[in-house]
Amino acid sequence: MNTILAREQLSESVFKIRVEAPHIASERKPGQFVIVQLDTDFGERIPLTIADANADEGWIMLIFQAVGKTTHLLAEMEIGDTIANLLGPLGQPTHIEKLGRVVCVGGGIGVAPLHPIAKGMKEAGNEVITIIGARSQDLIILEDEMKAIADAFICCTDDGSYGRKALVTEPLKELCEADPKPDLVVAIGPPIMMKFCAETTRPYEVPTVVSLNTIMIDGTGMCGGCRVTVGGETKFVCVDGPEFDGHAVDFDNMMQRLGAYKVQEDHDHEKCHLEIAAQKVEA
Amino acid sequence: MDLDYDQISKEAQEALDAVLGREEPLKPRDRMAIPAQPMPAQPSGVRVGNMDEVALGYTEAQARVEAMRCLQCKNAPCIDGCPVRIDIPAFVIACADGDFQKAIDIIKANSLLPAICGRVCPQEVQCQIDCTVGRALKDVEKSVSIGRLERYVADLERAQGKAHAPAVKAETGKKVAVIGSGPASITVAADVRREGHAVTVFEAFHKPGGVMMYGIPEFRLPKDIVQGEIDTLREMGVEIQTNFVVGRTRRLQDLLEKDGYDAVFVGTGAGLPKFMSIPGENLVGVYSANEYLTRVNLMRAFDKENADTPVLPSRRTAVLGGGNVAMDAARCAVRMGAAEVHLVYRRTEKEMPARIEEIAHAKEEGVIFHTLENGISFRGGDDGRVHTMECLRYELGEPDDSGRRRPVPIKGSEFLMDVDCVIVAIGNDSNPLIKQTTPAIETNRWGNILVDDTGKTTMDAVYAGGDIVLGAATVILAMGEGRRAAASINALLG
Repeated sequence: MNTILAREQLSESVFKIRVEAPHIASERKPGQFVIVQLDTDFGERIPLTIADANADEGWIMLIFQAVGKTTHLLAEMEIGDTIANLLGPLGQPTHIEKLGRVVCVGGGIGVAPLHPIAKGMKEAGNEVITIIGARSQDLIILEDEMKAIADAFICCTDDGSYGRKALVTEPLKELCEADPKPDLVVAIGPPIMMKFCAETTRPYEVPTVVSLNTIMIDGTGMCGGCRVTVGGETKFVCVDGPEFDGHAVDFDNMMQRLGAYKVQEDHDHEKCHLEIAAQKVEA
Repeated sequence: MDLDYDQISKEAQEALDAVLGREEPLKPRDRMAIPAQPMPAQPSGVRVGNMDEVALGYTEAQARVEAMRCLQCKNAPCIDGCPVRIDIPAFVIACADGDFQKAIDIIKANSLLPAICGRVCPQEVQCQIDCTVGRALKDVEKSVSIGRLERYVADLERAQGKAHAPAVKAETGKKVAVIGSGPASITVAADVRREGHAVTVFEAFHKPGGVMMYGIPEFRLPKDIVQGEIDTLREMGVEIQTNFVVGRTRRLQDLLEKDGYDAVFVGTGAGLPKFMSIPGENLVGVYSANEYLTRVNLMRAFDKENADTPVLPSRRTAVLGGGNVAMDAARCAVRMGAAEVHLVYRRTEKEMPARIEEIAHAKEEGVIFHTLENGISFRGGDDGRVHTMECLRYELGEPDDSGRRRPVPIKGSEFLMDVDCVIVAIGNDSNPLIKQTTPAIETNRWGNILVDDTGKTTMDAVYAGGDIVLGAATVILAMGEGRRAAASINALLG
């Protein structure tokens, strides 16, 4: 169980792994996630969205950016290694239906969870327009996969090193002003990007779904660490989400909660880098 | 007040020698005159700096002397107070005689988890509440300490390596799924496995044990004791699947229809934290007790050097609530290094649902109690971290449905409390995951699964017990429910 079957580096800090997980593969639906923990005694539990899965072959695919201790250690793992603890699929699946024109906006690593949703929307008969963005060209992932699905495809980079030099909100605004305007926008990426996507679509009253990635422990509704304020009410990302109405999410509160342990995380992260470096020297 | 361990054991030995040296047998009056044996404990100044168990357990002399206080009442009110009806006078007299093996054998005829129940059962409202000795001395704290004796004999058996896994009958070829791995589920797994049925326990977390692992802290229930019970199940041949959340990883009906299980027991507990729906509740630094305790216990935040899952450093922590979970959270906060821990409860200490012993321990450890007060909103700074709790004072009015006097807010009594961490410990609701994914299982309006008097749910071959049926309750009640459901499952499978 939980053996890494394939591994690929998509960019300097983004990795794609295929993990043997037959139960999760057969039950998962687009939009759902897993909890990963690498050390049963002391490791943190982190949520990662399932990017793809194959029920017949019994595997799931995870795409992640090495940003913290667990993701860095995961990036160091090789084919044949096993993930100590893998729980899922968790969360509510994406509600997929035929609406008409659907704009899928993905920022950075957010393109990974967006991909199965865009695929589902296309298969349901929607016209799918995708916008993907990243800081620079080498952080663009899944471009070919997204292009293959999309009726129209727009790529942006902050520094102009590839595609259009713009934030994703710029083409999104143009699409909101076009006729027909989108029936739905799905935006997944860094919180700040999702916040501004929601602000962009709000004046045009285009329904906007965002997928939140918060701090979690159990991922099954028991701790409430992942809670967010949505429309003035408290919701748990793990069981009520991860997708919510972007116009109702209190992003500022969410971002503050996400940054709550930054000092401790940075400390662990630093330590983990030193340990990895030391192991490499020894090897 | 901290008691000296050497002094306690010396006095107990002297008392024991005095009794053993008598020519005449003890009369009830003599028994009543034997001083109640206090529980030796780590000094409060020491224990706040560690996570080790606070209560150290009786010495042998203490156990015998305490047992000699029992009057062996014919009507045995203690048995009526025990949810699993242990033959208490019989095990206590065996302790008095020094026949501790006989004592533990008597307990084990009814209880599977004596080392755990001896520690976390609320004896003062169960077996010890109507104890004749306590009644005669007009103080429930002077009742015979049945729980401490239970713990003594269970620990002794374990320490001597005499605790053996129960015998398992020949394989029947039948399969039972047990969902969750807390006290109800452990009981069902053992009782069903004993009859020769194959048992698989499914646990969502990475470690089995349920609330005894993630919730109750090490200093009240050492994890190696819980682990010991899990190891016993494994020795019996019970399969334990961690990282498996029934309802998501696999639907309950698939276990029955596709995976060949003949019966299912649902023991998923009361794990959904309640919040108060008040302003500022989602600020950084506001935790549910579940989250705080899980971080400290299961994820080991106490081990700051090794654990990846921390709690926020805090100077002034407020805990809202008056139950055992609130005491556990407050006492964890002390150990996590908060300079001040304030426990805020809207009724008086008399109405607190927490055990008297836990309240006393919390006070000894410096937790500051605020009764007839409650938080009504939280305020934070630009960083989103809570810095102030607005509170209101209360007075007690008429009794409510629970029989406790209702707290009534005093108008205009608002005041502010400076805090940088808040732990909300006002209770838990039932875990909704099974209900959401298994429509055939009916629940009441609080989300508790409905069962008949055999423990069966509204779905065929599916049984339930513990907090998912009772609402947040106790380990011993969960165990009692588990025994009932296991008996029904065994009857069903023939």
